[in-house]
Amino acid sequence: MGAVFGGVMSFFDAVVGTLLVFAVGVLVLGLANKVWVYAATPAPLRIPTTPAPLTRLGAAGRLAREVLLFESLFRADKVLWALSALFHAGLALVLLRHLRYVLNPVPWPIEAIQPLGVLGAGAMMVGLAGLLARRLFLPSVRMITRATDLAVLVLLLAIGATGLVMTLAAPADIMGLKIFLAGLWRFAPAPLPDDPVLVLHLVLAAVLMAVAPFSKLLHMAGVFFSPTRAQCDNARERRHLVSWARPLDDLRPR
Amino acid sequence: MTAYAVPTLSPDLAADRPPRPVPGAMRDCRSHPAKPSHQEPLGFPGELVDGWQEVAVARLGELVARYQSLQVFLDICVKCGACHDKCHYFLGTADPYNMPVARQDLLRSVFRHHYTTAGKWLGNLAGARPLTEDVLDEWYNYFHQCSQCRRCSVFCPYGIDTAEISMAARDIMDVIGKGQKYTNEVITKVHDKGNNLGLSAAALRNTLEGLEEDVLEDTGVPVKFPLDVKGADVLLVTPSADFFAEPHVDGLIGYAKIFHQAGINWTISSHASEAANFALFIGSYDQMHKVASRIREAALDLGVKRLVFGECGHAWRVAYSFLNTFAGPWDFLDPRYPVPQHIIEVTHDLVSRGAVKLDRDANAGVVATMHDSCNVARAARLGDRPGGQFSLPRELLAACVPTFVEMHPSTVKDKTFCCGGGGGLLTDELMDLRIKGTKPRAEALRQVVEDDGVTHMVAMCAICKSQFTAVLPHYGFEMEMVVSLHQLIGKALRLGAGA
Ligand code: HEM
Ligand code: SF4
Ligand code: SF4
Ligand code: SF4
Repeated sequence: MGAVFGGVMSFFDAVVGTLLVFAVGVLVLGLANKVWVYAATPAPLRIPTTPAPLTRLGAAGRLAREVLLFESLFRADKVLWALSALFHAGLALVLLRHLRYVLNPVPWPIEAIQPLGVLGAGAMMVGLAGLLARRLFLPSVRMITRATDLAVLVLLLAIGATGLVMTLAAPADIMGLKIFLAGLWRFAPAPLPDDPVLVLHLVLAAVLMAVAPFSKLLHMAGVFFSPTRAQCDNARERRHLVSWARPLDDLRPR
Repeated sequence: MTAYAVPTLSPDLAADRPPRPVPGAMRDCRSHPAKPSHQEPLGFPGELVDGWQEVAVARLGELVARYQSLQVFLDICVKCGACHDKCHYFLGTADPYNMPVARQDLLRSVFRHHYTTAGKWLGNLAGARPLTEDVLDEWYNYFHQCSQCRRCSVFCPYGIDTAEISMAARDIMDVIGKGQKYTNEVITKVHDKGNNLGLSAAALRNTLEGLEEDVLEDTGVPVKFPLDVKGADVLLVTPSADFFAEPHVDGLIGYAKIFHQAGINWTISSHASEAANFALFIGSYDQMHKVASRIREAALDLGVKRLVFGECGHAWRVAYSFLNTFAGPWDFLDPRYPVPQHIIEVTHDLVSRGAVKLDRDANAGVVATMHDSCNVARAARLGDRPGGQFSLPRELLAACVPTFVEMHPSTVKDKTFCCGGGGGLLTDELMDLRIKGTKPRAEALRQVVEDDGVTHMVAMCAICKSQFTAVLPHYGFEMEMVVSLHQLIGKALRLGAGA
């Protein structure tokens, strides 16, 4: 069914809209709060896993390799690395592609990667399926798995599946969606395209965003503050006294 | 010898064949709890306090607010399991609580229950559980089955360091009165006598004089072992095991010969006659600080110009990574040298400048391999480049033995396996754990013994040396094959030919 241009928002549309706004708010504020807490918590001792770079710039490079290449994971487990890389790279591609729903006009790089979208979604789904299988069938990994670990994977799979349905089988009304989303942040209510798959996709995505700051998805923020990776190795050159340790320091001779 | 279940070594490496988890395998392996006489001198309650749950939960909150590591690590583990087969204790015991992530979860679950929204709402579904007596028991057992070696942290995609978690858990247990005897007793002795062995200044002087006589008899050269010499250039701080134990003492003789030959005026201090800082193992900043402060006091009192540490893994971690923060600034020492300096750095510098000469023939017949002590490998550095902790000792070793052989690459350098006795576990009642935990190292060692005829394994840590000499015989190795790096250097050093 096509979009009703200039139509009004139904009660249902308003609920979905509110949920989306709420979820984005929780995601942004929740992550910002955690980033603040991570950054503000003192690090009284130098604990980089050595050998570590000697300069802050070097440590930033190490972090970049962790975030972009999953360097440590590669050393740990090649199969897990491959599944994880498929999933995360696919997700990154898919998220970049999604920018066209909120950006107007659509920048050319986003335009350019549109054809890669299906590829990204496929990689993401294969990766996720592999990660789920690992969790269910490897006894040691199964032992450390909790319900929430499975739930996140299933949620991501469901979001991906509904997305793929719209990409491959039942194209959604992109213009209608764009107007609906733009309406949310411009306070100019517009109706949501009448498409159950799209609605499900949006609601699931909202749930994912809203739980992210309370779940292990915090790794996307925390990885940048992990002292064993983010610190450089300069302990002999600099003291790293934090404020709570100062009273002890003042007690020393001379 | 008590009979222990010694794992059979297989021709391939344990690291390549993680065991199928056997729940509860090490449930009954626990170290002796501290008595009031071990707790109270450190300012910890003598026994479990009333309302210990609340006290423990409050302490946990305090630690999380104080340490960025905990704050981040408790939140971000994704349970990927990349670390699960990286711990020598899991590889040796198959107990699933010895998988690093599961060990962390012992603390994380309590943190989740008491401090997170997800834990409060979802409880067990989110892996959250309150701190009960059973949980405390698991804490006590399995946080004393971690040698804080950081091998897991190397492989975790976020660098999550289980050592940090187990230190925090031990801190909490001390604060509620459930400390471990071995570690806390040792720290008490350091405060009392200046060293872990509780050795008095007089006994130390005796021992050092005895060593002077031995070396004179052996070599004909009057090598000195000075104690409390004011105005010496170098203060040597070394693990007290170096004064007594084998093969540690041969390492000390090596340092003395190097100083003698290089004409360096050095001294040991009876006030700081111990490099080890066991307070690291219980994660207590205050105690670590107090133990470290002795070294500043000794350096000031003796008026030395340089600070040099002997061979010890965790001691070098504390010295290299924390001493500047605890006991610096070192503006009263000679700025031309790093503070502190490791004896390996001192020797390496002398050898590369040609100031002392090594002669491989003195160690004829030795085929040596090197055990990278994990605290040196993963928590500190030697020299002025990253990775110097691997190259410096290897260059020295290659210069003093005819043949050097590397063990399997998955067991050396930053992937080195702990000896199985670090982190406050070097106590007899944990022998079962210590034997099993050595399995990955023993397998790698056996490969090079059988394939390359390795005769000696070099260690550069007092605990590694004690652990290996006690445990490797269970696997059929000769205790004498474990040697100090400076033992081989001392033998190869050409003494006398002009300083
Ligand atoms: C800075 C960005 C990120 C980095 C560096 C990163 C890195 C990683 C790594 C190394 C793993 C462990 C391997 C694995 O189990 O797959 C992981 C797991 C995971 N990541 Fe990310 N990630 C990032 C962002 C995200 C985002 C935005 C999401 C989803 C919204 C996400 C979802 C997940 C999930 C669900 C897992 C667990 C997979 C499992 O259950 O096995 N990550 N991440
Ligand atoms: S490797 Fe790191 S993130 Fe993965 S399970 Fe282990 S501690 Fe958690
Ligand atoms: S720090 Fe070492 S002993 Fe402790 S869990 Fe990690 S690998 Fe095991
Ligand atoms: S005793 Fe040696 S191998 Fe074991 S933790 Fe300490 S430094 Fe590492």
